[in-house]
Amino acid sequence: MSLRLEEVKEILECEVVVGEDQLDLSVDLGCAADLMSDVLAFSQSGSLLLTGLANEQAVRTADIAEVKAIVFVRGKKPNSEAIKLAERRRIPLLCTKFYMYEAAGRLYASNLKSR
Amino acid sequence: MGSEAQLTQEFEIEGGNLSRAGDVSMHIKSTLRAIGVPSDSIRRASIACYEAEMNVVMYARRGTLCFSISPQRISVEVADEGEGIPDIELAMQEGYSTASEEIRELGFGAGMGLPNIKKNTDEMELSSVVDQGTVLKFNINLNKAGASGG
Repeated sequence: MSLRLEEVKEILECEVVVGEDQLDLSVDLGCAADLMSDVLAFSQSGSLLLTGLANEQAVRTADIAEVKAIVFVRGKKPNSEAIKLAERRRIPLLCTKFYMYEAAGRLYASNLKSR
Repeated sequence: MGSEAQLTQEFEIEGGNLSRAGDVSMHIKSTLRAIGVPSDSIRRASIACYEAEMNVVMYARRGTLCFSISPQRISVEVADEGEGIPDIELAMQEGYSTASEEIRELGFGAGMGLPNIKKNTDEMELSSVVDQGTVLKFNINLNKAGASGG
């Protein structure tokens, strides 16, 4: 089961910061972490990442781990360096006001699993 | 395709410069993709390089990353000048870390780096001299399925 970013946007009531033209991309899996080390160690290729870490390191980690898109939780906004890098590497960035727990729960309930 | 064909690249890594941390690994990843390496190997190599690069940025004064690829394998050697690692066995344990608060704010320093490099590579070797530096070598085999296609 996969979700299109358009659907993720609706489910999490997201603001799209980067990748308005990429919302038809679909993600196959979800992962949630504030620790980038955990993303590198445990995420799967093609995942959607939920994180509260809104800096460029989150975007670099996503790029390296082949995370398809990032949703920043708890109302966090990515800084300008993160936005520039994401535009360059074509990684969509979305923001939601939901906390990590609820954001993950909503996506899981919409059938986005972690493996 | 000659079996001795090999591409080698060398990069400098600046210790302490957190704003550039990851640039070398992203460059290597782009190179591997351009060469047409299988995506699973690209991901493993990129993650291992990134963890190694972060280690230099976080803990050393400076370092070099030497990357080479042949039809058989990807080989990486990262040598740094810095504090070194007093107890390698301890450093290899998941969860052990000496990271600063600044590093942890970047989402790193959880004591997962070295174990994660080991997990993503086929061979790994780590040696260190305290107050001098650390040398990390790892390989990722490319011909596991025997599918080089000549």
